[in-house]
Amino acid sequence: MIASSTEPPLLKVDQLAKSFGERPVLEGVDLSIPRGSVFTVLGPSGTGKSVFLKCLAGVMQQDSGMISFEGRPLVATDKETLTDFRKRCSFLFQNNALFDSLSALENVSLPLEQTTNLDSHEIQRRSMDALSQLELESFRDRFPSQMSGGMQKRLALARAIVTRPELVLFDEPTAGLDPLRRNAVFSMIVKYQRRFNFTALIVTHDVPEALVASNRVALLNGGKICFEGTPDDFSSSLDPVVTGYRDSTDALRESLASIKGQAQHI
Amino acid sequence: MLHLIGRKALDILFGLGDYALFTGRSFYAVMHSKRIWRRFIRSIYEQGTVCLPVILIVGLFTGLVLGLQGYHILNRFGSVGLLGSMVSLSLVREMAPVLAGLMLIGQSGSALAAELGIQRNSEQIVALETMGVESHGYLITPRLIAALLVYPFQTALFVVIGFWGGSLSGSLLLGVDSGVYWSSIQRAIESRDLRECFIKAAVFGIMSVSICAYQGFHADRNHSDTGARAVSAATTRAVVMSSIMVLVADYVVSSFFI
Repeated sequence: MIASSTEPPLLKVDQLAKSFGERPVLEGVDLSIPRGSVFTVLGPSGTGKSVFLKCLAGVMQQDSGMISFEGRPLVATDKETLTDFRKRCSFLFQNNALFDSLSALENVSLPLEQTTNLDSHEIQRRSMDALSQLELESFRDRFPSQMSGGMQKRLALARAIVTRPELVLFDEPTAGLDPLRRNAVFSMIVKYQRRFNFTALIVTHDVPEALVASNRVALLNGGKICFEGTPDDFSSSLDPVVTGYRDSTDALRESLASIKGQAQHI
Repeated sequence: MLHLIGRKALDILFGLGDYALFTGRSFYAVMHSKRIWRRFIRSIYEQGTVCLPVILIVGLFTGLVLGLQGYHILNRFGSVGLLGSMVSLSLVREMAPVLAGLMLIGQSGSALAAELGIQRNSEQIVALETMGVESHGYLITPRLIAALLVYPFQTALFVVIGFWGGSLSGSLLLGVDSGVYWSSIQRAIESRDLRECFIKAAVFGIMSVSICAYQGFHADRNHSDTGARAVSAATTRAVVMSSIMVLVADYVVSSFFI
């Protein structure tokens, strides 16, 4: 359930900026993520969506700007707030970042083993529960390399939700997948977001899937957020940047459809 | 020119400081690392059991060569009765800790650097950090503690098998009396020699594991190489630097015991 508009946002970003050498990637990003929402940040490839997400997760240090979690600013010197944030936030990597020398069960139980004081039985129970929620219980002893791409994605999600986080950050969860699998991944995110009631922040460039799955969307372009609103607002927006991006993806889809049609004709 | 030298010197100082912090942080992490036992046992297996055949083979042949060369050198001076002393002191004070250290670098150090490099490349280390797991404590600490035990133990094995190798070539092949050989060993070795041997082994163990771990852990820092090349470059740097540092440390530690 999405928080009411009067409730303070779960995550707030103010004037976030990040450059690599002389090349600015983020130039003052402002965003508020309401609790309980599925929030998608759209944008063309190379606009810094993943950099934005990595700054939020603390994997990358921003040059300037402020990130606040439940109103508390996340700064490197405040270790207590950072530790609390990391316990309550999970990150789903584009390439899943599963531990290839650990089995599925060991992958899922690792964050519980290393960040909680739960006993072994409780860790095992919770890990198996997370695996069964994602229909992976019969693959508990398999290694990630012995699983399909979709199963690896589900395993990464199982690892992300096993600590019962309040915020899950998804970095391009559908990168490199075909349309059917893209749909399946977005359905999976929505299904488990409803079941576990976490807040989902997704960065992607898959517009149609994101519009169906999300409560709110934002468009990152030129290092700034140039649109934020509901999926309906995005679809009906006449803002030239939004229409340019939306139409370019539509055009791409049409051109791909025509290529597919020609291929079938041949 | 001066600017370049200055920059290079600063880079080296930064690297040394960063390495010292990395090692210190990895040791400090033992205080708050959870469920370290299983990873410690695994590290013992990786550094100890896996490397055992290499240590035994190299130890045996080092002893054989020392027995062979020692016999012919001592024979010139009519002192073949000192063969046991020569073999044992060479092995205990120098050859066993250094060669065992180099063998362990070649076998487990290179594997450690490559493994950490791949984990860095595939964002597994970043994933640990986003979960709130202390990556040094999880990945490095158990290996450093294991090195403190494994390197001296492997060195001791190297010494024992080297003694047998010396006995094989000296007594069995070249005819030195076996009793003379073994009693010469017994007379020659003092407790300070053993202390030197095990201190060297422990120092080499800590140095080589920490250098290999540091190179693998920061495989992404060298911007001229990326992906698989970055891992291979990090592994090469790890093996070369830790081998050189073992020899440098050997001289430094030896100078304290002379």
